[in-house]
Amino acid sequence: MNGTSTPAATTPRPESHARNWRGTGLGFVVKLLLMGVVNAFGISVILSAWSAQSWVILGASVVLLAVANWVYFARRTVPLKYLLPGLVFLFVFQIFTLGYTGYVAFTNYGTGHAGSMQQAVDAALIQDERRLPGAADYPLAVVTQGDTVGFAINDDGVVKVGTSEQALAITEGATVSDAGLPVEVPGWTVVPRAELLTNTEMANTVTSMRVPVSAEASDGSVRTREGSKASIYSSRLTWDEQAQTLTNSETGTVYSATDRGNFVGDDGSTLPAGWYVNVGFDNFVRAVSDTSLAGPLLQVSWWTFAFALGSVVISFGVGLGFALIYNDERVKGRKLIRTLLILPYAFPAFMSALLWRGMLNPEFGIVNDLFFGGASIGWLQDPWLARGAVLFVNVWLSYPYWFLVCTGALQALPADTLEAATLDGAGKWRRFQSVVLPLLLVSTAPLAISSFAFSFNNFTIIYMLSEGGPFFAGNQARLGATDILISAIYKISGVSGGVADYGLASALSIVVFVIIGVISAVAFRQTRKLEEYQ
Amino acid sequence: MSKNSFSTDPARIRGRRRRWMGEVAWKYPLAVVLIAYAVFPLLYVVSASLNPRGSLAGSSALFSSWSVSNFQALSETSYWTWFLNTLIVSGSAAIGAVLMGAAAAYAFSRFRFKGRRFSLTSLLIVQMFPQTIAFVAVFLLLLSLGEVVPALGINSKLALICVYLGGALGANTFLMYGFFNSIPMEIDESAKIDGASHAQIFWKLIMPLVSPILAVVGLLAFISSFGDFILAKIVLVSEDNWTLAVGMYQWVSNQLTSRWGLFAAGVVLAAVPVLALFLALQRYIVGGLTAGSVKG
Repeated sequence: MNGTSTPAATTPRPESHARNWRGTGLGFVVKLLLMGVVNAFGISVILSAWSAQSWVILGASVVLLAVANWVYFARRTVPLKYLLPGLVFLFVFQIFTLGYTGYVAFTNYGTGHAGSMQQAVDAALIQDERRLPGAADYPLAVVTQGDTVGFAINDDGVVKVGTSEQALAITEGATVSDAGLPVEVPGWTVVPRAELLTNTEMANTVTSMRVPVSAEASDGSVRTREGSKASIYSSRLTWDEQAQTLTNSETGTVYSATDRGNFVGDDGSTLPAGWYVNVGFDNFVRAVSDTSLAGPLLQVSWWTFAFALGSVVISFGVGLGFALIYNDERVKGRKLIRTLLILPYAFPAFMSALLWRGMLNPEFGIVNDLFFGGASIGWLQDPWLARGAVLFVNVWLSYPYWFLVCTGALQALPADTLEAATLDGAGKWRRFQSVVLPLLLVSTAPLAISSFAFSFNNFTIIYMLSEGGPFFAGNQARLGATDILISAIYKISGVSGGVADYGLASALSIVVFVIIGVISAVAFRQTRKLEEYQ
Repeated sequence: MSKNSFSTDPARIRGRRRRWMGEVAWKYPLAVVLIAYAVFPLLYVVSASLNPRGSLAGSSALFSSWSVSNFQALSETSYWTWFLNTLIVSGSAAIGAVLMGAAAAYAFSRFRFKGRRFSLTSLLIVQMFPQTIAFVAVFLLLLSLGEVVPALGINSKLALICVYLGGALGANTFLMYGFFNSIPMEIDESAKIDGASHAQIFWKLIMPLVSPILAVVGLLAFISSFGDFILAKIVLVSEDNWTLAVGMYQWVSNQLTSRWGLFAAGVVLAAVPVLALFLALQRYIVGGLTAGSVKG
């Protein structure tokens, strides 16, 4: 294996693997079973991707499934057999998402620009649907199938059934009453009219339901106002695919598609439905030029650096101080002291942040009650107090890490160097300044850099403690004085509700990536990690 | 040193005592102050959890009353559902991370293959970029995945576990790789001569030998998904699916003052096992944390 070769003449010919064959082992059976499960899952994903017309997912799952089968059934792929499971998750949920962030950053994906152009056209048609004067009415019965509610209409003696998902389709074998109302529909339960009148929840569902006439949005839909009569609702807009325009037949306004992903009318109005398009560097430009954004973002940026740097420097200082004081063999009960001092680190961070939020409450919080004589200090309400409070809490959370690290580093200091310094007549302070501190910094600098990167993205502390507040006046995303970049991105993205702007949020994520990349490059150079493996 | 200079000379005893006073004695009262700083919030939360009034307003009088009513009231809320969800999600993520990380470390440590160095370097670079910054893309990915496989869409615990597993390889491989390298190759080779397959060597030989690092990586992965808020908040929408981080945030952000007792009781119940585990494995964890960044 590792190059110990003996002369070929003296070694007997290695026995063929076939002679070692002892039948199918347990391992092989387990492998076969697992691969069966993987294949079954993979094929079902491929089939549903096909029916959902998600070509990217379809392609990715075909490739992944083929690779998995090749890796686990070929003989020459031993290392990959161990790497593949982790790699699959890494590619799908980390590398792909990083790349996808880069893609979204150059689009206007978000509220009002959420799908393809075709989806936007359909949405525009549906939004404009209304009951046209002179439209025909059809006798209607509300039907259910489990939890699904549908409409059955009588179209000149032919009964058609549909739901909000499924367009109307002819159903054979239904019977209609003398008044023309469907009374029995195979496969469906007809809801009695009395129930519609008493069950308000059902009535609300029915009056707000829209059953498409066909798969084409331009054919309109049937709706009902009272549950026994259906009317055709259709859009005044017509879609001209050639010219890429929507025309309103009533007002004559022509809405044409723009390269910004909107339909803009010749009267200057814009339809609410849009689609997402590539907007180049727009998001990045907007972040620095849009007056309602640029100011708050600038504040957020400097505070992110200040918070990360402050957290590391102060926690390091506090932790080092504690370590210097209690790394002393003459102090009894060091172990107990040490254990108690690191408790904040062992405590789950999000709970600490929430806990401090209550403790810093101006009216009822214990900090004001106990230490400030019941004064009503708004620790998290004033921008500067809030910044101080956030830093204070983060230092409380993270000094134990540095306490532990520095204690370890102090104990690992070469004793002879210290002794030599003492013999040379160096005093305590001199020894610390010229020997201990430099040696300590060398061994902890890489940790400080990764700690900086961690604080830089410490969403949990900020969001749990202050939610980024107090908020700046007049910005839509509610950015605030203690927001750091990642919490600002969270608010702008709108993933938790509100107006979504995935494009801008992703663009800011890219900025954070670049910053983290630079920090990492510095860290790389510092630790010379790369050389270790090359 | 001190033994040799043992002396009964009163002047020297006085000197020694003075030195002790100056260099050591002050460290005890200081320790009391520092420990108060460190554990005060923890004492406070225990006190608040025992306060039957259950609101923030009456919680400042420390240990003024003792009652378990807050703990009992937890069963009327979704707390235990969240607790279970957290265990499921973080437990699965931890087990997955350990298995995948160990397998990858085994491959890197025991096999020499084309692209090995390149993969190691790329992993090192990829792990610098935490998934949490790409949360928008994670959200959009799960939205479209959910249209094809509902079990992997938004509001699925399985999807959240998968997202956490996406970061498993980058975060843990290096920690384990170093440890695997410290197990001598000769062990594998002798087993190979005895006819063991690579799978047998991995499961029966290496895995038991590296169990300390498996425990550390498992605990670190558990703690990191236990404490994750941003991804859990995005993925898990309905209250039944929330983890403790999402649920307890909701308690505090919505009705901070009135649900304080419940919150405190919930914190005590959830934090005690984590604290105990952490303190028990303290030595390994700190070793792991520093080794992960210093030596790689």
